[in-house]
This record gives sequence, structure tokens and C-alpha cells, in this order.
Amino acid sequence: MEEMESASAAPAKIPGMDEKLLAERAEGRPYTSREVLFDVSSLNVRYSDVPALKNVSLQIYKNFVTAFIGPSGCGKSTFIRCFNRMNDLIPTASVEGTILYHGIDLYGNEVDPVEVRKRIGMVFQKPNPFPKSIYDNVAFGPRVLGWKKNLDDRVERALRHAALWDEVKNRLKASAYSLSGGQQQRLCIARCLAVEPDVLLMDEPASALDPISTTAIEDLMHDLKREYTIVIVTHNMQQAARVADMTAFFSVEVDEERDIRTGILVEYDETPTIFTNPSDKRTEDYVTGRFG
Amino acid sequence: MSVPAAALGPGPRGAKVRGTLFYVLLLVAVFIGFLLLGTLIVDVLRKGIGYLDPTLLTEPNSSNPENAGAGPAIRGTIYMMVLLLVMVVPVGVGTAVYLEEYADRDRWYNRLLELNIQNLAAVPSIVYGILGLAFLVRGLGLGRVLLAGALILTLLVLPTVIVASREAIRSVPDSIRQGAFALGATQWQVVSRQVLPAAIPGIATGSILALARAIGETAPLLLVGALTFVTTNPSLLGAFTALPIQIYQWIARPQDEFRLLAAAGIIVLLAILLTMNAFAIWLRNRYQRRW
Amino acid sequence: MATQDTTVGAQPAPIRLRAEGRRWGEVAVKALLALCALVSVVTTLGIVLALLEPAIEFFREVSIVDFFSGDRWAPLFEPASFGVQPLLVGTFAVTFWACLVALPCGLGVAIFLSEYAHPRVRGILKPALEVLAGIPTVVFGFFALAFFTPLLQDLGLGVGTFNVLAAGLVMGVMLIPTVASISEDAMSAVPQDLRDGAYGLGATRLQVSTRIVVPAAISGIVASYVLAISRAVGETMIVLIAAGGIAQITFDPREPEQTMTAFIGATGLGDVPTGSIEYKTIFAVGLTLFVLTLAMNLVSIRLVRKFREVYE
Repeated sequence: MEEMESASAAPAKIPGMDEKLLAERAEGRPYTSREVLFDVSSLNVRYSDVPALKNVSLQIYKNFVTAFIGPSGCGKSTFIRCFNRMNDLIPTASVEGTILYHGIDLYGNEVDPVEVRKRIGMVFQKPNPFPKSIYDNVAFGPRVLGWKKNLDDRVERALRHAALWDEVKNRLKASAYSLSGGQQQRLCIARCLAVEPDVLLMDEPASALDPISTTAIEDLMHDLKREYTIVIVTHNMQQAARVADMTAFFSVEVDEERDIRTGILVEYDETPTIFTNPSDKRTEDYVTGRFG
Repeated sequence: MSVPAAALGPGPRGAKVRGTLFYVLLLVAVFIGFLLLGTLIVDVLRKGIGYLDPTLLTEPNSSNPENAGAGPAIRGTIYMMVLLLVMVVPVGVGTAVYLEEYADRDRWYNRLLELNIQNLAAVPSIVYGILGLAFLVRGLGLGRVLLAGALILTLLVLPTVIVASREAIRSVPDSIRQGAFALGATQWQVVSRQVLPAAIPGIATGSILALARAIGETAPLLLVGALTFVTTNPSLLGAFTALPIQIYQWIARPQDEFRLLAAAGIIVLLAILLTMNAFAIWLRNRYQRRW
Repeated sequence: MATQDTTVGAQPAPIRLRAEGRRWGEVAVKALLALCALVSVVTTLGIVLALLEPAIEFFREVSIVDFFSGDRWAPLFEPASFGVQPLLVGTFAVTFWACLVALPCGLGVAIFLSEYAHPRVRGILKPALEVLAGIPTVVFGFFALAFFTPLLQDLGLGVGTFNVLAAGLVMGVMLIPTVASISEDAMSAVPQDLRDGAYGLGATRLQVSTRIVVPAAISGIVASYVLAISRAVGETMIVLIAAGGIAQITFDPREPEQTMTAFIGATGLGDVPTGSIEYKTIFAVGLTLFVLTLAMNLVSIRLVRKFREVYE
């Protein structure tokens, strides 16, 4: 087990960061080995030939929570959408490079995006429940996959997993829109869980929610990571420090002449390291609030 | 520098007079339309009320105005509407789904498709009649039958249904589609299980309004042969007539009584239209989702 | 790093990211939908073919020059004359009177709705316009013949039973909603900032409406005008019922005049033998009508696209 560097080597204080928590996290790391689930090499994303993300390479580990942080416009959302081929839905987007998942290149010729999305689920920034009942929202995924039997069980299991069951068990037929924002987001999580994915991608899942709902979602992430691999995008550093095992810091490269802003990966390491002992000055500037 | 109070008072009288005059002109413009509408309704009611009785609704046409009715015409109109509904809604919604969910906007043929639909919406209705005459009546040898009339009216209101359906589909927020895709649904599953169900109120409203428009169309049917002395019940491949055609035929008769009969027929036609429009609006208000 | 990294490989169960089969269902659905879309293409082709073939045959028998330069339209007479000018003049005459009403009134209604009307008034006016727009043309034709013409006669204008004036004026009112709705659309698209800027400088409502809003919305307004003209040219029932069946060249609106559409309607009603010259006149006149309205429609579509692009 690695020892945490003593406080004398730590850089300037990060506003709002709970340093005690970070220290505990560093010492109490429960793992000695990690399994690579995604292997990203030289990923480049363009929108109509304008580069949005440049040359990203990193690895996502199984049953970890990995956070992507960085200023706005640095391509974090674009990057996370590469993992479940959601960028395919944007006609002007083009993706180069490889993302190996269980050893298979997600962007290989033989790979069907629909199959990918069945295994890699996504929760969006603004809760987007379907205009149907709570039950039908959660049941949509299984139905679409052809899992017609034991639907009630699947729905209940998913809702329990998302810590929403007790609140809705008596009104499953009610419209999803009758739920509060935080509940709707947990419903969206339950919806994802119902198809039994490997991975949960979360694009700023709590940014549209109030603080109490945010805490609920973060607690949920701690529970979920036992069974799932979670990748989240967040602009809230404190949140990253609270939930993430690994953190990747992205920044923006500006091409002044052509007025193009491209995202790049600056640093990727264990969360305590990123926040207390980053290697790159840009990371340090960001986490201490000097910019971004 | 202080501003004298008078400087903030009302402006030059000329401007005020011009402004009022303009406003009056605008009111006149509005009024003309209202005036005509009101006069029309009152006139039609006054002329037609005398002939509004069961004979009108059930009996066939006759050379004696006392016995003449629009029975076969009304039945013909209803039959055509049913046929129309069955034909135009699937094709119209299918086209709308294709354009909104599947077609790549950058392709030239898809843009041409859109232009084509916009143009068809503005082609004079009688040209559709010519189309029917050339291809269906004479060309295919169908003759002047109900099916031909229904087919032509289908093509006539197809652009309307397409436009209304596209609006309804477009109003479904993209976040719904994204959520469905992210769960591993195929494109057709997303469209058929999320987008279309959410768009149904708008599509239904648009279809009913398109149907209402078709009911009043006379010109194409003139050429496709709604014969005016039909006494038998309409059948798919049989001679037929429709309410607006019957009304026209009565108007064309010299006797005054037939004018009154025509007015009565118009009352029936307007009543049907009013009901359909009211239903469509009720549908829209009741089921429209505010996203 | 002291930790060990291994790759999650193909165990325990091999992950297959290939679809089962090639998702033929999806391909079939897309094909079916594209087929639906093709119906509209086939319709246009059908219209063009339906018009062209007999029209070309017609123009083999009657020279195009005679057709357009002749001033006597008497296809059923002996000797027959196929100069289409009377029909063109008839169409033009009715359109003229219709536009005299529809263009200013429609614009006036649009300005009123967009710049002056209280929201509650709008709530009554807009549905009323839709009602006006929904009335079948045969009803307007009846009104023109049975009420308006006698009215004009009572006013001492000396109009005949069938006359251009009644048909034209009633058609004009019928077209007010067309002009009003598209013009009002265009005016609503003008950003409020432009108005606010002018009001802030002390302009009156009249000035803002006429000097700021209308010029800014001009392409939409012109589009509505062109569309209204196109509709007037293509309208059949009102003229068939109220404008008469005499093809003559006159600019006196109190006279009856036959338009292109009325001629087609009247001939189509009768039983002309297929293939006869009379039968082919339907298509020759129809082709002329179609080309005329097509040109106007394309201009109108262009203009609408222009105003939508600028502000949206």
C-alpha cells in the first residue's frame, strides 16, 4: 500500500475540499489490483472536421468510479458519449482511435451500436423520464430487449437498486412526471439498471438537482460500484473527490488563428493524487481554483 | 439643461391623427372579413332553414325540390371519408416519420422530397382532378367510381397530413429519443415505442383537420365524376356523389327552390365541418403535452 | 504503481457486440417508410405525365402560337377556335379583384394581430380566421351568386347574374386568412429588440409597424401575396358558380367571364369522348394553369425559406 505524502508536500489548499476525507480515501484503498475494462488509445473526435477532442488515451478500471473533470468546453461530455456510441447519433461527428471493451474495439466494423448500448448504460444531465408511468419507464428497457417474463421482479429489483422502490412502490402506475427532480433522476438510473448493464455512464447526473438529491445520488454511486463500473462527468470538484476512485482532468487547447477550442487529457490518476499532488501545473491551477 | 414640461406632453397633432387613422384602417380590414363571414352564415341559415328536414338527409335527389334530398350524397361523403382516413394517415405519417427520423437532410434527394411536398400543397385542386381523370378514370379504366374519388382526395390532402405529422413528431423532445437509444433500443423501437405514441395527439388533430378540408373539396370530384343523379347506395366501384357536388348541382339549377335547397345542404355541410373541427380542437386541448 | 493491472477479457461469457443477423427488420422498416415518401414523388410525376401527354397531342393539332395569340375560345363550335386569351383574361380579371381585397386587408389583419391587438382579441380573432379559412369554396361560390350579386344589383351597379366582380371580391375575402397568417408569421419572427429600439427612440406604433416591422418581414409578406395570387389563379368553384361560362375578353367586371379553372371544371363535368380534341383542351389549359401556379409556388417557397432563415 502506498503511503500518502505528508502535508508538507501538498500544494496550496483547495477551496472547499475536505482534506481529511482525501487522506482517509488514500489510506483506506481496498484494492491491490485493478482490472482494465476500457482501454482508450489515441481517441480523436471531430464535429464536421473541427477537432473537439484530441488524442486521448486512458484506461477505465472495473468496479471503479472514474470522474472526468475540467472547465466547460473541454470535451468531457463528448468523451463519455464515445463509450456507448451515442456520438453516432450526431451526423457531423466522426470518431477515430480505438476503445477496447472486454478486448473488443467498440468502433470496429463488426460492432453494432445497439448491442453496445445494451451493456453500457447512460444517465443524462437533465432527468429525461419517458412520458409514461413509473413502471413502464423501468420496464421499457427489458421489453425492448425481449425480456417479457418476470417483468414485475425486474422492475422492483431495479427500483430497489436505485434506492427508489420504497418511495414509489405504491404508485407504480403514476406518471413519471409526478416525481420530483431527484426522484426522476433515480428513476432514470433504475431504468438503466433494469437492462443489467456492465457500465453506467453519468453525464453530470446531479448538476440539475438540489443538494439533498445530489447527496442521494452520490450515496447511490457508492452502492452501485460494487456491481457496476461507473464513469461520471462532473464540473463539481468536491463531488469528484467524494465519489471517484480515479479522476481524469481535461482542459482546452485554443487555436487562436482558427478560433478552435479542442479538448485534451491533461492528467489521469487516483483521485487523492489529482487533488493533493498533481503532476501537471494545469491540473494544480484548476483544482486550486486559479482558473476554470 | 432643464426640460420644459411641455416637451414631454403629447406629440404633434398630425402624428396622432395619422396614428388613429391607421388604426381605423386596420380595424376596417379586420371587419371586412368578419362582416362577410357573419353575413354568409346568416344568409345561408335564413335561406336553408326551410328545407332542413329528414327528407334532406335521407332522400335521393329528384327533379321536384320538395322531394329532393342529399341522402346518397351524404352517404357518399361519409364512405369517402372512411376510405380517405384509411389511406392517407398511414402514408402521411410514414412519410413524416421517414423525413424526421430516418432521412439524412444533407442528401439532395431528401431535400427535393421536401420541396416536392411543399409544392404539392399549393397545386390547384382541380389539377388533382385532371390527374384522376387521366390515370384513374380513363387510364386505369376504373371509371367514375368512389374509389377514384377517394384516391384523388387522398393525394390532395396528403401534404397537409405530412406537415401536421412532422410538426407533432418534431415537438417530441430529443431527450426522450436519447434516453431510449441509450437503453439499447433500435431506431424503429425508439420511433414506434416512444416518438409516435407521444406524437399521436398532434397527428390525430392534424388528420382530422385534413379530413375536414377534404370534405369540402368539390373541384377534383367534378372531373373524377361524382355524378349528380345517383340514387343507389355508394359502393367502392360504383357511381357515387358527394355532398359538395350535390350542393353545386342544386346551385346550378335555375329554380329558386333549388337555391334554398342548396342552402340547406350547405348548413348540413357546415355542421359536419364544425363538428369535426371542434372535435379536433378538443382532442388537441385534452391530450396535448406541454413538454 | 504497486497495483497490478489486468484486462477484463472474454471470460466468463464471451461478449458479443455483433447484432443477431443484420437487423433486417430495421432495413425493411426504413424501406417501407421511404416507399411512403415516394408516394408524393409519384404524385408529382403523375401530374406532369397526365398533363403532358394529351397536351402534347393537342399542340400537334393546334399550334402553340395560335393557342396563346388567339383571342377567341370556342372549342366546341364549328369552326372551332382555340385561342386561350379569353380564359387567361378571365383568370387575370378575377385574380385582380380578389387581390384588391385580399392583399391590403390580409396585411392589415396581420399588422393588427401582430402589433396592435390585445391578447384576448387575438384569442378571438385567430380562431375566427381559421373558421373563415375552413369554409369550403362551394359555399363561397353560393354566397357570391345568391347573395352578393343581388346585393351589387340592388346597389345599382348593373352587374349581370354572372359577373367577375362578385366572384372576385368574395374570393378576395376567402384569401384574407392566407395572406394574414403567413404575413403574421413573418412579423412575429421579427425580434422584439428591433421594435424596442425604435420605441425607445420615441417612435409611434404606426411608425414602428410600417417602418420597422413590415420592411423586416417583407419577404414573408411578399411570399403570402404570391401564394394568394397562386390560389386565386387556381381556384375553381367560386368562379364556376358565380363568374359565368362565357369566354370573352372584357375588362368590365360586371360581365361574366370564364376562367381557365372554370373551363376545365365545366368541360370535365360533361361527357367529352376520350381522345377528342375537346377532351385534350382540358389538358392543354390544365398544363398552362399548372405551369403558372408552379412558377408562383416556387417563388413563394423560396421567399418563405428566406425569411425563416434570417430570423431562425
